[in-house]
Amino acid sequence: MTWKQVFTSSIGKKLVMAITGISLILFLVVHVGLNACIWANDGGEMFNRAANFMGSNVVPRILEVGLFGGIFLHIIQGYMLTVQNRSKRSIGYAVDYGNRGSKWYSRSMAILGTLLLLFFIMHWKQFWIPSRFTGVDEVQLSNGKSVHNLYALMRDTFQNLWVVILYVIGCISLGYHLAHGFQSAFRTIGVHNNRYNKMISAVGYGFAVIVPLAFAMMPVSFYLGWVN
Amino acid sequence: MNLNLKVWRQKNTATKGGFKLYRVENISSEMSFLEMFDVLNEQLIHEGEDPITFDHDCREGICGACSMYIDGKPHGPWQANTTCQLHMRAFKDGDTIVVEPWRANAFPVIKDLMVDRTAFDRIIQAGGYISVNTGNAVDGNALPIPKDDADASFAAAMCIGCGACVAACKNSSAMLFLSAKVSHLALLPQGNPERKSRVVNMLAQMDKEGFGACTNTGACEATCPKEISLTNIARLNQEYLVASLTDNK
Ligand code: SF4
Ligand code: FES
Repeated sequence: MTWKQVFTSSIGKKLVMAITGISLILFLVVHVGLNACIWANDGGEMFNRAANFMGSNVVPRILEVGLFGGIFLHIIQGYMLTVQNRSKRSIGYAVDYGNRGSKWYSRSMAILGTLLLLFFIMHWKQFWIPSRFTGVDEVQLSNGKSVHNLYALMRDTFQNLWVVILYVIGCISLGYHLAHGFQSAFRTIGVHNNRYNKMISAVGYGFAVIVPLAFAMMPVSFYLGWVN
Repeated sequence: MNLNLKVWRQKNTATKGGFKLYRVENISSEMSFLEMFDVLNEQLIHEGEDPITFDHDCREGICGACSMYIDGKPHGPWQANTTCQLHMRAFKDGDTIVVEPWRANAFPVIKDLMVDRTAFDRIIQAGGYISVNTGNAVDGNALPIPKDDADASFAAAMCIGCGACVAACKNSSAMLFLSAKVSHLALLPQGNPERKSRVVNMLAQMDKEGFGACTNTGACEATCPKEISLTNIARLNQEYLVASLTDNK
């Protein structure tokens, strides 16, 4: 059995989705943890310092390449699977099967994923591209070091109500995408022990609520002036 | 009771089908759904019309031949039930019931409500067996098997190969069927010699037959007449992962 056979089989394709998905989940933990530093209420000192560490250290920079590889693999494979799966039923039913046994969001991963992709394009344009390529205003940390003032960039970006609304929509899409994706990824890698499944399902739903909620609170906090 | 039936009629695989409306009267609530179709077919024969073709065999819920998609659900509204065991008390006088064939390109319509499910036979042929030495039958109790494994294996072996899981799945995936067939052998020591080649070959055949890939929505589990659990799909995934990581060729 060649690796090509493995990864072009229907289970192999799902494995790609699961492994990239779990890596992206791990990234979200780092991202939300780091961004939560904005709530230190120290004028962004802690957040800017953490962001600077991530941007200047070689390890996160290497992981970043892997992260983008993972995201694009997840997107491309996801769309390909959706198209292939749809093509397996040329004539549909007159009466829809509906919600029996499944949740609407588990059947709408491609739509939720598309909303997320659109959100990411906006998000990268607002933060990632300036910090990597086009430049961000600098600020002096208390130790005298001059770093990108991403905190100020966030504060300014989130003064616009529309941007805040789009971020909240993005986070809701993320929540539903995770509500199915988290558990599904573990099923795909073969976890079928009942005790672990229960745990994964509880952690999965918890993660799908808490992480997107924390992300959504960031633009909201800036807009409503809860941080300074 | 009197009922209106909207039934899919299709001459053969090559022609385009469509719905036709029928009316049946004086149907007893104790009749099975297929008996109601028998009444309709007799009526059609009397009228000189072509009777409706549908699959059936045992009519007691064990063979997996019957296969109608009734009012939006394979095997009709009841849980853990086959079409032949669906009784007319599930419906009310005056109801309009929509009856469609299983929809999946891997299950082409042969005629009316009958679809070609030989793809399942070919998946079984690809690995759904064990090798047994000839000679005297071995004492059934000679090989100790943990009770839980025996039970889980039996639960998976309940699959009657009806294809309702494919019909319900938005991806037309046969993964619940395949997972049942792989699981019931993988859980027993007798299934061990072909364990790896079984899952690899059966999955390859499933893909070749044109079924979709599972996205773990759970729709199949809710329609399966034998309540095959989604857990089997996770077990199938693990079987496949282990086989593909440790394969030596
Ligand atoms: S898994 Fe259930 S629905 Fe699918 S073929 Fe077997 S018995 Fe039918
Ligand atoms: S006819 Fe045998 S299961 Fe329905």
